Amino acid sequence: MNVLASARIAVRALRVNKLRSALTMLGIVIGVGAVITMVAVGAGAQARVAEQIQSLGANVIVIWPGTVNMAGVRLGAGAQATLSEDDAWAIQRDVPLVEVVAPYSRGTAQVVFSNLNWSTGILGVTPEYFPARDWEVISGRTVTQEEVDGASKIAVIGQTVARNLFGEEDPIGQVIRIKKVPFIVVGLLDRKGQTTWGQDQDDQILIPLTTAKTKVLGGNLAKGRAVGAITIKVREAELMKDAENEIRELLRQRHRLQPHQEDDFNLRNLAEVLQSQEAASRVLTMLLAAIASVSLLVGGIGIMNIMLVSVTERTREIGLRMAVGARGQDILAQFLVEAVTLSLIGGAIGIGAGLLGSSAIAYFAEWRTLLQIEAIVIAFGFAAAVGVFFGFYPARTAAGLNPIDALRYE
Amino acid sequence: MPGALIQTEDLVKDYHLGSRRIHALRGVSVAIEPGEFVAVMGPSGSGKSTFMNLLGCLDAPTAGRYRLGGLDVSHMDGDHLARVRNEKIGFVFQTFNLLPRTTALENVELPLLYGVTSARDRAGRARAKLAAVGLADREHHHPAQLSGGQQQRVAIARALINDPVLVLADEPTGALDSRTSVEIMALFQDLNRDGITVVLVTHEADIARYAGRSLTFRDGRLTRDERIADRLVARELLATLPRGDEPEDDEAETAVSAS
Repeated sequence: MNVLASARIAVRALRVNKLRSALTMLGIVIGVGAVITMVAVGAGAQARVAEQIQSLGANVIVIWPGTVNMAGVRLGAGAQATLSEDDAWAIQRDVPLVEVVAPYSRGTAQVVFSNLNWSTGILGVTPEYFPARDWEVISGRTVTQEEVDGASKIAVIGQTVARNLFGEEDPIGQVIRIKKVPFIVVGLLDRKGQTTWGQDQDDQILIPLTTAKTKVLGGNLAKGRAVGAITIKVREAELMKDAENEIRELLRQRHRLQPHQEDDFNLRNLAEVLQSQEAASRVLTMLLAAIASVSLLVGGIGIMNIMLVSVTERTREIGLRMAVGARGQDILAQFLVEAVTLSLIGGAIGIGAGLLGSSAIAYFAEWRTLLQIEAIVIAFGFAAAVGVFFGFYPARTAAGLNPIDALRYE
Repeated sequence: MPGALIQTEDLVKDYHLGSRRIHALRGVSVAIEPGEFVAVMGPSGSGKSTFMNLLGCLDAPTAGRYRLGGLDVSHMDGDHLARVRNEKIGFVFQTFNLLPRTTALENVELPLLYGVTSARDRAGRARAKLAAVGLADREHHHPAQLSGGQQQRVAIARALINDPVLVLADEPTGALDSRTSVEIMALFQDLNRDGITVVLVTHEADIARYAGRSLTFRDGRLTRDERIADRLVARELLATLPRGDEPEDDEAETAVSAS
């Protein structure tokens, strides 16, 4: 007897008890659906983190001022402008692993266009900032070296700023006032999205560093050659650690720090932080999938339960089949195919449920979900395996029946 | 007797019931020629059912020898016995044992599923056998839609599907009313006349009289083996019985649902 014939017999047997078969399948449906949905949710979270790494710019190290001790008093980070433009150029010059270095300063200011007001972040940058962050303009242009040298009053604005000040209007060529100083908008930045810590990177205006110091930012950052932070792009991801060490060494020398003194700056490899987050979310995905597969297992036990009932109910049928020539293995195959058919149909419906579930989560919870073909294949395969595993015992029980007893069974 | 279809020599079957040993069959030697119609009689516990199970290759003897069509089947394993049953023996049971919610045609095809017949041949052969028992127009009926007599005819068609050398009928009229019983016996007599060996188990002396020879069992032994002198011919009897198609069907269905 071939598999196709067995499958046909199995489907007929399952149709006899439609409700029972449906309820038995439900366990597998929920199991497969849950695995697919949970993996989709997990993969969505992972993709989000990966995207954030991308948005930071690849291979980026950020340095900002650290704490300093002044006359025994420990000052908070950033209280003292310990980083200078010269530090940045020294790094560019002396650390060959570095591709590009971009010193910048940040503040906030009120921006006015016609009768509209918007409070936003002001970033004083040099031309290097754009390649360092892998950030481009979608219209207009970026800041040039001449504009930095000449402290030009030009601005490159982020998407959020543009939307709030100009709406649908083209911002290029318009004049905005930052702290009452007029600036010409020369560029509109591409969308960058939120940072991991929830800051909207598109809610910023980039102006030449020199202009920022003299016209917009006050305090320490206005003085001399101090800068708020330095963004560094390293040539290759594998060289990040080496670059970090060399930069730290260089800065300690330049700041004349004794071996016992702490760094007066903070050096962070943000991608690394995010990568550990990505690893965490991968573990979470696996955990979710593991929990979901428990329900697959429970579904399998449901199949076994129903198959045992079915074997008992159909003892006479088994006896008859044996009397007319079915061998033990034919009966085994029949019930095994029946169990596997249950789990495969359940698995197929479960795939549908998983697709539905993950799009429902994406729609209602507004979480990113990402369907994984591997998860679908594995969940379906696992469902089939569950059918074989839990169907085997009842099928063997059926195959082991004595035809005489089975025929007489009441 | 080299020509015998069935030849048993000192057939013994013991059962273990806990620590007790039950001697169900205590040495039975019998030979049945091809084309015979044999009734096996005896009260319950006489060993006739055990004898039938052994003849039907549903069970293996504890001792002794059983040759079916020249083939020694006494020491065959389960898979080989299944093959012998499939190819050489047709079974008819008291309660018909048809698969519910399955058409008459598919019920008749069932033994072919365990042979080597292709799907296309199966339907054709099943159709021919159903026609042979007079149910050509009921191919797609389910057992529940058939009367008891019709169900037993389907079961007989199923028994015949592989052109067996032996048909074993275990109380085939036990669940049927008297007129239908005669009809079924007429069918068996027709089959026998066409050369099929029939062995019939019954506890009703009336039914046994349709056979040509009777074997009587008692306490695990064959106590009587005789020719039936006043053999009944079912077809003749049927002609004298009043026809009662509809009531017969109703009665039969009641009998089935009660069983």
